[in-house]
Amino acid sequence: MRNEIESPSLSMPVSDSRDHIQGAHTAPVTLVEYGDYQCPYCREAYAVLGKLMPKLGDTARLVFRNFPLTQMHPYAEHAAEAAEAAGAQGKFWEMHDILYERQDALDDESLLSYAGEIGLDAERFQLEFSQHKYVDRIREDFQSGIRSGVNGTPTFFINGRRYDGPLDVRSMAEAATLATPPHHGPRPSKHHRPSA
Amino acid sequence: MKNNPSHHRRKPSPRGADHGKAVTGPLQPGAVAPNFELNSTPDQKVDLIHFRGRPVILAFYPADWSPVCGDQLGLYNEILPEFNKHAAQLIGISVDGSWCHTAYAQSRKLHFPLLADFEPKGAVARLYGVYDADLGECKRALFVIDRDGIIRWSYVSPTGVNPGADGILRALESLDDKKELAHA
Repeated sequence: MRNEIESPSLSMPVSDSRDHIQGAHTAPVTLVEYGDYQCPYCREAYAVLGKLMPKLGDTARLVFRNFPLTQMHPYAEHAAEAAEAAGAQGKFWEMHDILYERQDALDDESLLSYAGEIGLDAERFQLEFSQHKYVDRIREDFQSGIRSGVNGTPTFFINGRRYDGPLDVRSMAEAATLATPPHHGPRPSKHHRPSA
Repeated sequence: MKNNPSHHRRKPSPRGADHGKAVTGPLQPGAVAPNFELNSTPDQKVDLIHFRGRPVILAFYPADWSPVCGDQLGLYNEILPEFNKHAAQLIGISVDGSWCHTAYAQSRKLHFPLLADFEPKGAVARLYGVYDADLGECKRALFVIDRDGIIRWSYVSPTGVNPGADGILRALESLDDKKELAHA
């Protein structure tokens, strides 16, 4: 048996059909976040991503997968279910954003009101939410996270490799640049050409 | 976006080792897991030998009350059902006292024992080669011990990096495979 852990990498590849993806599908850099809607550090990361993603522009896309820490965060699981139910109606990111922006109110009643606010079919949402229709999908996300070396929330993977650096715009932008394949990267200016 | 010439790319750091510092490293696979008895609560002791017959995961960690949620122990607490599938017992060990452990476990709703390597301080961590004498804390180290009390996998996490659970699960799966082979 090996006595080392290889640097952790994403065990479940990003799928255009399965995953919630924000940004161009052809982007050379993919950030995958494993997150929990009740986690304050995920909310901070949400604010960072709000600045980071526009800065990266067409070079990067963002994927969100669920990693609710239910022992620690009693509202996280239902919040994840609400986001998935919104996703089923094509409004995953609208719900995702509202959950982080109003993280102090994630009880079921609030979740239902958010569904109304973003214009979901309320009847369908309520039915699917009460039937816990998306629990299996959330478990699948969670399992894939464990297998990939998720070590807390939020955990990011940049082009499949776990990112262990600081969660700030500058550090993450640098990491994204390093992960960009050379032909997509920024062209070095004449004045800063690396010496041979 | 910043220009990042290739010679600025960070090289991968050495994995799981304190190069040039540690005299003896962590106990390696194949070694017999040293037995110990430590307090889990102020009036309860846990003896490693009592778990003989099932796999044990020893998770040494620096301190209770780390200021992040979804920290290492919180994560393991969430995935106890995965460890249970392998009938494995998870045990956390730090140099904190048993009163501290009790409060911490209650606060985080932890469903596995935390042992106090408190007096003499860090004695068990030293036995396993994972005591950081400079900091006076256990290193963040993992051991998977098989049903016969033999260490089958060990790992010391680089400073500040929470190792996750994928390595533990792979080690437990490997134990199950060997068990099946033995019974084949």
